[in-house]
Amino acid sequence: MKQYFSELYTGGKSLVEGLGVTMKALFSPIVTVQYPREEIDITPNYRGHIDLILDTGKNTYLCISCGMCEKSCPSDCIKVKGKKMEGEKKKSLVLFDLDFTKCSLCGTCVEVCPKDALEYSQEYNLAAFTKEAFHFDILKRLEERRI
Amino acid sequence: MLESEYQEQNRFFLNMGPQHPSTHGVLLIVLEMEGEYVLDPQPVLGFIHRMHEKMGESRPCQGFMPNTARMDYVCALPYNHGYVSLIERKAGIEVPKRAEYIRVITSELNRVASHLLWLGAYLLDLGAFTPILYGFDDREHILDILERITGSRLTYCYYRFGGVYKDVDDKFIEATRAFIKRMRKRYVIYEKLVTKNIIFIKRAENIGIVSPDMALRYGMTGPNLRGSGIAYDVRKNEPYSVYPEFDFEIPVGEQGDCLDRYMVRVQEIEQSLRIIEQALDRLPDGPVRSKVKKNIKLTPGDCNFAVEAARGELSYYLVGDGTSTPYRLKVRVPSYSNLSCLPELGRGILLPDLVSILGSFDLVIPEMDR
Repeated sequence: MKQYFSELYTGGKSLVEGLGVTMKALFSPIVTVQYPREEIDITPNYRGHIDLILDTGKNTYLCISCGMCEKSCPSDCIKVKGKKMEGEKKKSLVLFDLDFTKCSLCGTCVEVCPKDALEYSQEYNLAAFTKEAFHFDILKRLEERRI
Repeated sequence: MLESEYQEQNRFFLNMGPQHPSTHGVLLIVLEMEGEYVLDPQPVLGFIHRMHEKMGESRPCQGFMPNTARMDYVCALPYNHGYVSLIERKAGIEVPKRAEYIRVITSELNRVASHLLWLGAYLLDLGAFTPILYGFDDREHILDILERITGSRLTYCYYRFGGVYKDVDDKFIEATRAFIKRMRKRYVIYEKLVTKNIIFIKRAENIGIVSPDMALRYGMTGPNLRGSGIAYDVRKNEPYSVYPEFDFEIPVGEQGDCLDRYMVRVQEIEQSLRIIEQALDRLPDGPVRSKVKKNIKLTPGDCNFAVEAARGELSYYLVGDGTSTPYRLKVRVPSYSNLSCLPELGRGILLPDLVSILGSFDLVIPEMDR
């Protein structure tokens, strides 16, 4: 009988203490964010999928289509193709495809690039119903940013 | 009805998992039950096998870096750490002092994050919903700190052969110090809410007692081994990186029950914070990445490197054959050995106690199956 009441006492005490913590949290500032309506700024260091850097002076990409990123990618998710156009000295880029379903965001391509032509994008709102939606045409994305 | 017939009728098999919430992933445990008592629990693995070791053997050693974080996603940085250190030992790459300090700071932050997640998830297994919310609140601060420098929140690929990917700045140091200060204040909450809670104590005390002998027989490591009273920690017993320079203790339990394993982890958070504090105070200036050849040749012969991950001793074993692709890469993960004592430990106990034991082991299934 004595044990019963002592257990009731300790149980009640820990219940009250736990509720005390909850009460304190109830009146402390809210830390959650109502996501689709509110958004937190993400850090500029965020590493999303890759993007070609737009050289604002020349209004074009820096890529020389050497294919280093394609070779060094551990998951084989990059496809680069360059073509020598008539009357031009350098190869120009005709295809830069990223299969984001395979990419593991290791950043090897960005580091290996001899011209530093790649950067990480800031996109994180990525959701789709098909696989094909994650095959990004990086070149097209650059064209869209062109002035 | 004969008694044996009666027993026969009451025996049944129960599949716990692979979608059971308290197995934290795709772990199946086939339970032979008699009423509410477990007669024979047998873990079944293989639901999330992704042949990580084979992937390591089929590509140049740099290409395995992102895989390391996918094995144990809760505490990914020590996995990065083990792999880069292995290749550095094999290829004889020097690492700048500042990079080693940054590695220690970030690894310890990740360890704290892992323990906080475990704390919440364990209590969730026991039926307490509230603690995980406090745990996530604190863990979020760590993830924000790490996101600023590593660029990702969970599956980090931050360390590089010969250093780290990006240097830390003053804002990182400031935020880490602020976190340490905040975390020390939060102990009170956890103590009131969990450690002193009578329901929790009743669910954890004297349950799942792993004797030191048993722990050694099954090769348990990490907080589970230390809970049984054996002070073995790779950071102290086989120091790597710059750990010998720091002053920290190895918390040990007394009898090896679930409560001891809980207490060891909670005390480890404080020890990790102590290491971070000392590392921040002594953080040297200098480069964070040494020049490394693009094509690292792995000399013929074998090499091993062990680090202390949040769940125990993680060891990478590599055999090279002169090319840049490893001939053999073996990963020894802690959770696999920790789980293997379950059939012996779980014999003749109540089903709710088995859930408590599983939770207290801090299992990460993708790490076991890899």
